[in-house]
Amino acid sequence: MRRSALVERALDAARLEAEVAHGGAGAIAVFVGTVRDVNDGRPVTAIEYSAYGPMAERELERILEEACASAPALRAVVEHRIGLLAVGEASVVIAVSHPHRAEALRAVETIIEELKQRVPIWKREHYVDGTREWVHAGSSQVTC
Amino acid sequence: MELDVLLFASYADAFGARQARVSVSAGATVSDVLQAVLAQMPGKQLPRAAVAVNQAYAPADARVNPGDEIAVIPPVAGG
Repeated sequence: MRRSALVERALDAARLEAEVAHGGAGAIAVFVGTVRDVNDGRPVTAIEYSAYGPMAERELERILEEACASAPALRAVVEHRIGLLAVGEASVVIAVSHPHRAEALRAVETIIEELKQRVPIWKREHYVDGTREWVHAGSSQVTC
Repeated sequence: MELDVLLFASYADAFGARQARVSVSAGATVSDVLQAVLAQMPGKQLPRAAVAVNQAYAPADARVNPGDEIAVIPPVAGG
């Protein structure tokens, strides 16, 4: 069982946890990514998330498919929020269950790492001084 | 051939629109399309981007065809 979605409303980790819960699960692992109030020393007031929606949903689905292929008893759901999020709000929730904890913990880590590498979602940070910048951490520049 | 290319994040801002039209020769590759897009934004400082064809990442030497859904993907930052 797996499900992924981009959503424009507040995320509810408890609901995703309930979705993967079942009698055969010996472990449920939930990851919640939240908007932090500072980045690289600059105070952040909000983050604006945008996405290439259709591809982002397909890429999320591929990531879950890969996770389930390497741990067949896995149940996994992921929701990523799009739009303007305030400090402290959840941007992503991943919930998985598995008969054993090692597989559950590993799956959550793999899913969030792959999501950050591959899923076409972007964020623009809004700073206290009113400026905004796209986050392209560690990327090299091209000059056209 | 004329192709419409979807732009996102810093590329959409730099271009001033979420879609660019480029003209490339028949048999053009993903790399040719990206260069044609960049050529329309002289002087802009942009992060290196990947390209997706029909909603999947495509290698630089992949051929593009009329009707393909082509998108420039700047460094992603989900999570």
